[in-house]
Amino acid sequence: MNARVRRFLDELDDLGVDATTTSVDAFAVALRDRLERPAVGVPIDVPGCTLADLPVETAPTPADLAAAATGVTPAAIGVAATGSVLLADDGGLTEAVSLYPRRHVVVVPASAIVAGIADGIDRLAAVAETAGTSGVLATGPSATADMGDLVVGAHGPAAVDVLVVADR
Amino acid sequence: MSALSRRERARRIRELLEREGAAVRENTQTFNARRYAALDELDDLEALRAEARRIKEAAIEDLPSLVAALEASVEANGGRVHHAADAAEARAIVADLLADHGAETVVKSKSMTTEEIDLNEALEADGTAVWETDLGEFVIQLADEAPSHITGPAIHRSRASIAELFAETFDLEAVPETADELTEIARTFLGERIREADAAITGANFLAARTGTVALVTSEGNARKCVATTPVHVAVAGVEKVVPTVDDLEAFVQLLARSATGQAQSAYLSLFTPPLSAPAVDFDRADEPIAAGSTERAFHLVLLDNGRFDLRDDEQLRETLYCIRCSACANSCANFQHVGGHAFGGETYSGGIAAGWETGVHGLESAGTFNDLCTGCTRCAPNCPVKIDIPWINTVVRDRLHREGDDGRFDSLVDGLTPGDATVPRDARLFARIDRALSLASALAPASNWLAGTRPVRALLERAVGVDARRPLPTVTDDPFSGWADRRRTSTEASDVVLYPDVYTEYLAPARGRAALRTLEALGLEVAVPPAPESGRAPLSQGLIDRARERAEAAEAALRPHLEAGRPVVVIEPSDLAMFRREYARLLPPGRASRVAAGTFDPFEFVEAHLGERPPDAVGLPDGTGRRAVYHPHCQGRTLGLAEPTAAVLERCGYEVTVTSAECCGMAGSFGYTVDHYDLSVAVGRSLVEEVEAHDPAVVLASGTSCLEQLEHLGASRPRHPVHLLDPADRGRLPGDGAGRGRL
Repeated sequence: MNARVRRFLDELDDLGVDATTTSVDAFAVALRDRLERPAVGVPIDVPGCTLADLPVETAPTPADLAAAATGVTPAAIGVAATGSVLLADDGGLTEAVSLYPRRHVVVVPASAIVAGIADGIDRLAAVAETAGTSGVLATGPSATADMGDLVVGAHGPAAVDVLVVADR
Repeated sequence: MSALSRRERARRIRELLEREGAAVRENTQTFNARRYAALDELDDLEALRAEARRIKEAAIEDLPSLVAALEASVEANGGRVHHAADAAEARAIVADLLADHGAETVVKSKSMTTEEIDLNEALEADGTAVWETDLGEFVIQLADEAPSHITGPAIHRSRASIAELFAETFDLEAVPETADELTEIARTFLGERIREADAAITGANFLAARTGTVALVTSEGNARKCVATTPVHVAVAGVEKVVPTVDDLEAFVQLLARSATGQAQSAYLSLFTPPLSAPAVDFDRADEPIAAGSTERAFHLVLLDNGRFDLRDDEQLRETLYCIRCSACANSCANFQHVGGHAFGGETYSGGIAAGWETGVHGLESAGTFNDLCTGCTRCAPNCPVKIDIPWINTVVRDRLHREGDDGRFDSLVDGLTPGDATVPRDARLFARIDRALSLASALAPASNWLAGTRPVRALLERAVGVDARRPLPTVTDDPFSGWADRRRTSTEASDVVLYPDVYTEYLAPARGRAALRTLEALGLEVAVPPAPESGRAPLSQGLIDRARERAEAAEAALRPHLEAGRPVVVIEPSDLAMFRREYARLLPPGRASRVAAGTFDPFEFVEAHLGERPPDAVGLPDGTGRRAVYHPHCQGRTLGLAEPTAAVLERCGYEVTVTSAECCGMAGSFGYTVDHYDLSVAVGRSLVEEVEAHDPAVVLASGTSCLEQLEHLGASRPRHPVHLLDPADRGRLPGDGAGRGRL
């Protein structure tokens, strides 16, 4: 594991995010272990990794979204220095799938982990340069301090789980 | 404002202190401490602030062309831009848009701009169901209250009071106990509202002109969920939110969350370039797969002027538009920390920068309802991520309020003492001429001290100029500092260093002047105490800018020969030193202002520089080894960075020094004297005393005249100016000087 991946995992740990690494070959098993069912998902674009054989609905209905316990999405990049992930949405359901279920499993290729927040913002900016798209740099679970104390899990996920795939 | 309404104000502040003070204090002081810690982690904080400032300055300068570019981008992307000249127009535009789209239910994310235009009330009057999905906004929507803070709208409510509100609203059998339970209730309820909503309304933290991108910085996920789910997105934003490109956001992203809540980053930084191609989630067709391209999405950007272009043309208040609404000015404000935004705010905005916003969007009158709560302590200034001189904005607003007309406070008594514009309230005129009042009282001391302490006189002072009878008046010396210095045959001409006889040292605290002079002499320096007028601080803090400028001219003229000769001028009173270093740049021509700023020093700064590498005992400074000191830097002194040299010199003398975290003592010159501010002043002061007492036993030190008055009034043990600890003649006793209590 290189230093950048290790830093990424450490930062995620500080944020209260479960994070682990896996190989392309072990991807399906590792992901299956992280699912609470029912699960919905967005197709993963890491070569050799697929949700096809897993119990993850990739063409969900609104009812599926509302009922799902887990949402699986890819991340375009991870940011080592902050534990952030870039969820880029170019016409699919990444936003909805990463927000509705209480548990968000994020798949990040190890090759897509960048060093600092400036790199992350650059990539986010690149996403946003395209009309019709959105991107979010997400750091840890959704949270609120509006109810008199810090609560993890507001409108979005209460638990975020990051799976780093050693893709090369 | 009549004397009666002044009492009503005092009562309202007391009520708010009682009802909301504890929750506001806990929340804001937590934000404040976390902000310091989070910003401390940045190596390049000042470079980021300078960059953020530069981007905003340029964007506001180029605003018309940026707005045009933004409009072109949004429309090219397939969205629509609507220009609203004022709040009514903005409300009508949004209402029409919702009608056009057949939207009957809308979900909103947090937006102060929609608060500014009273959008919800207007939409509800049209029969639209409007739900605030930010949990803080949801709480105040249910409670039918106004936000008390620009980023934490419900921080005035405790968890228990939110629980009661939910129990009542949702008819719960048991009152929820934990924040988790409350969040779950809100999430479930609002989740249903989001699913059934026809449109989403958001604000915008930033808008990027080149691409038509909306940036939202959030933590709950509600804004994302509202936009992702509903087919219609209406963003309402002030025109000042526009920056050229998304690349300009980096500095702001680094600063915003840190400045707001003290987090390194908010959970979500979203950039939307709408209308989005991602399909909306239509729960009316809950069992059909959500297919790409299955919904037609619409995006409308409502750009609000509502006074912003006029603010842009207002030379003094223009920088209000640089505000990124982080709330650091509120959280670093001692008065705000104790009373909250329901007192320290206008129709919509609260905290220090609100004086600019309210003047701009609702008018001077709205700013006038709270501008008096700014004491000019300046703690917000170094904490503003875009370097807005918020204290100056408050001073300008106060000056304009005076010019708008006589507000009718207090007649007759101070006319002889303080001739001047009839439009300026007499209490302001009295405090503005504090030098004259104190000089007169000194000439008549000790009779004047006795007289001022009698009940009939206190009653008269309260009635006539609003000096609260509960506040002890300072004891005025019959032996002013400069007289003592003259008898000591100090030079008024050639010397190594000049000690400025500020009006407070002169008449109220001559002992600290003597201590400072003996300290400088112990360093082997010849000290001059030349006659010099009051710095102009007193009229400036009353919002009398022209008069402050006249004083500044006179004081600068008196100090000029010394400054030109290269003689350092040591200034004991931090509020006067701050005047010389900060505000003179606003009042005097640049060359003269910068000469004063470069040539004036706090005693400890001067001693530290003079010591160089030498040990303090080598130059005769007393040894404090084994003694503990707790030191409260004067607010304006802290902003000047005076806490560090004071602590450093005392530590080199052997003291173990703790610097307080309280931003201000609450006294702030005349502020703590007045009937409408006494209770708030005491609440702020009690926090400081609590903090100081936690370090007992320790010598209690404070550098401002009024800080010491406040500490003594509220029972701190023998507070002293730190310069006494350097005085070779000081033996650790209270320095008696025959002037009343002589405690200073």
